[in-house]
Amino acid sequence: MAEGKPRLAVFKFTGCAGCQMELLRLEDELLQIAERISIAYFMMAQSRVDLGPYDLCLVEGSVSTPRELEELKRIRSVSRILVAFGDCAVAGCLPSIRNWISQYKAESYVYEDTTPIMSIRVHGIGEYVPVDMVLPGCPPHKDLIFALITSALQGIRPDLKYHPVCVECKLRENVCILRSLGKPCMGPVTRAGCGAICPSYGRECEGCYGPMSDANAGQLARLFKKNGMSDDDAVRKFRKYAGMTDEFRAEAGI
Amino acid sequence: MSSQKVNVCYVPRVEGQGSIKVEVGRGGRVKKCQFAIFEPMRFFEAFLRGRKFYEVHELASRICGICPIAHQMTALRAVENAFGVEVSQQTKQLRTLLALSGWIQSHALSVFMLTAPDYLGFDGAISMAAKHRDIVQTALRIKKLGNDVGEIVGGRAIHPISAVVGGFTKIPTEEELEPLLARLKSARKEVLETVKTIAGFDYPAVDRDSELVAISSGNEYAVNEGRLVSNLGLEASEAEYRSYILERQVAYSNAKQSFVKGRGSFMVGPLARVVLNHEQLSPGARKLIKDIDLNLQSTDPFMNIKARVIEILHAIEESIRIIRKLRLDVAEQPARVRTGVPCSGAALTEAPRGLLYHSYTFDKSGVVTAADIVPPTAHNSAHVEDSLRAFCPKVVAAGGDLSLQCEMLIRAYDPCISCSVHAVDLSKGV
Repeated sequence: MAEGKPRLAVFKFTGCAGCQMELLRLEDELLQIAERISIAYFMMAQSRVDLGPYDLCLVEGSVSTPRELEELKRIRSVSRILVAFGDCAVAGCLPSIRNWISQYKAESYVYEDTTPIMSIRVHGIGEYVPVDMVLPGCPPHKDLIFALITSALQGIRPDLKYHPVCVECKLRENVCILRSLGKPCMGPVTRAGCGAICPSYGRECEGCYGPMSDANAGQLARLFKKNGMSDDDAVRKFRKYAGMTDEFRAEAGI
Repeated sequence: MSSQKVNVCYVPRVEGQGSIKVEVGRGGRVKKCQFAIFEPMRFFEAFLRGRKFYEVHELASRICGICPIAHQMTALRAVENAFGVEVSQQTKQLRTLLALSGWIQSHALSVFMLTAPDYLGFDGAISMAAKHRDIVQTALRIKKLGNDVGEIVGGRAIHPISAVVGGFTKIPTEEELEPLLARLKSARKEVLETVKTIAGFDYPAVDRDSELVAISSGNEYAVNEGRLVSNLGLEASEAEYRSYILERQVAYSNAKQSFVKGRGSFMVGPLARVVLNHEQLSPGARKLIKDIDLNLQSTDPFMNIKARVIEILHAIEESIRIIRKLRLDVAEQPARVRTGVPCSGAALTEAPRGLLYHSYTFDKSGVVTAADIVPPTAHNSAHVEDSLRAFCPKVVAAGGDLSLQCEMLIRAYDPCISCSVHAVDLSKGV
């Protein structure tokens, strides 16, 4: 790789690698991106290891072990723009569901001998270090990843969406499945970006992009319950992709 | 000959975080051989407890971002087996199409972008593209096609959304599926054009007989359903899985190791499937076995790479056949589920990298009380070590690059390490 190109790093902590896979879904753009940047660290795709510094650093996954926390601090110190890449890195996503079980209990559910287990409460990376950009989604759509990478390279703010899924759903002219069918749709409190795929495929939004700004989760939970949902089911709705966020925390049962 | 040590603390170009420690002493004696997985535990078995039956496949999908479809299909069938839900023929066909789309994208990534750089002398697909742009572009096109089929059938390629317990929330239309046919046909051509390069690689060899395990079905090349079989005569239903496949915990790794009861380690994945089920492969894929000279008696893990190419072709041809045959009832609704009695169910499927097992227990309101998930990489992990043990002394004797050759062996299995750390039987732990 030539000198002088911006240097990209992709790290993975506790997660499923789905966000990296979504990045690799930029099949039409990948080779062009690679001409403009130097891939300094991307263990899933390349053997060459470059320990920094990085211009743009995407971190997928949540922090769930002391080793990851140490690694995160090191990565922060060598990264110019650090991105929380996907829901796990943003606020813990599904792995954070276990934060509602006591640490010892969660470990003993899984291991007979818990002494060698080094796990800590699950958090997004922003809990521990300053984060420059946040890209939500489980996984974030490849168009958003592309927008983020190209904006970061140009030094401008990426055009990410802060409005609810409802806006995208209206643009696709879907019938509102919350109002018309009474299905428990998370769309009104969930951040857009997916293109409202679930309502377009005849089902309720599950909230996999986490909360939109100023989400009124309490009101939506009351509506779900008015439509006949049990208290336990309502908690399960909010304690899934973003239970640890300020917006969903009360309904997720803290 | 002096002793040699290898310590690859983070194996690159595989999904997830794994390491290899090998020590070959004087005279070729293997003193140490460990394939350790240090991927952090993600406690799926802990947080699946307390969730409802209709969420299980949505959560299980997040075990793995490379084979989310395989985890969804397995979870759905395990849940349906538990509640006695029968799905329509249409649902089964669409699920096969969805699963095959996962094979296409995963195999294309593995063969052309993660494996090929080793044999062509590059550190990754991006640097390889400078010299072999055609291969990388073919790979990207095939991978994209797999993802697009997944997106049309499942609503989203990574963590699909329309496959639910009992069926699909939306059935794709013929207008959506029709354009895929032309792309599938041209992909078939491209695979056949690239195959010579892949078949011509200078493959190392692991000279060791082993047991190959897969599911098998009389009607079709088994993907989402079948009986458990092996080349050494294993034969069981998915409900009997736990009576034949046992697990052992090892101190240095976060994944358990699997064994066939009374025997030893075994290999799952493309080679096992091709060897055991080659008669049900599509015509073009059957012909390819001869053309690229895959020995059907082989149990060499490196031959997984050739088997993967054969399966890409099969998946493409089978997808064409399914799409042509489909007569879609777009108004079909998912089958209903009745809760009310505690129940449990298990399912076996073939993920891109091999045999995948899910089993769940529910209380009377349909809430999960126990989960047991064994992914392909956990099935293979003991076999990986046995292969390294047989392979390393030969590499040392021949004066090869032990570290690189060990990595190449690991990549031949195409391990998916995030998956493997869920190989924990919750029902025994509590």
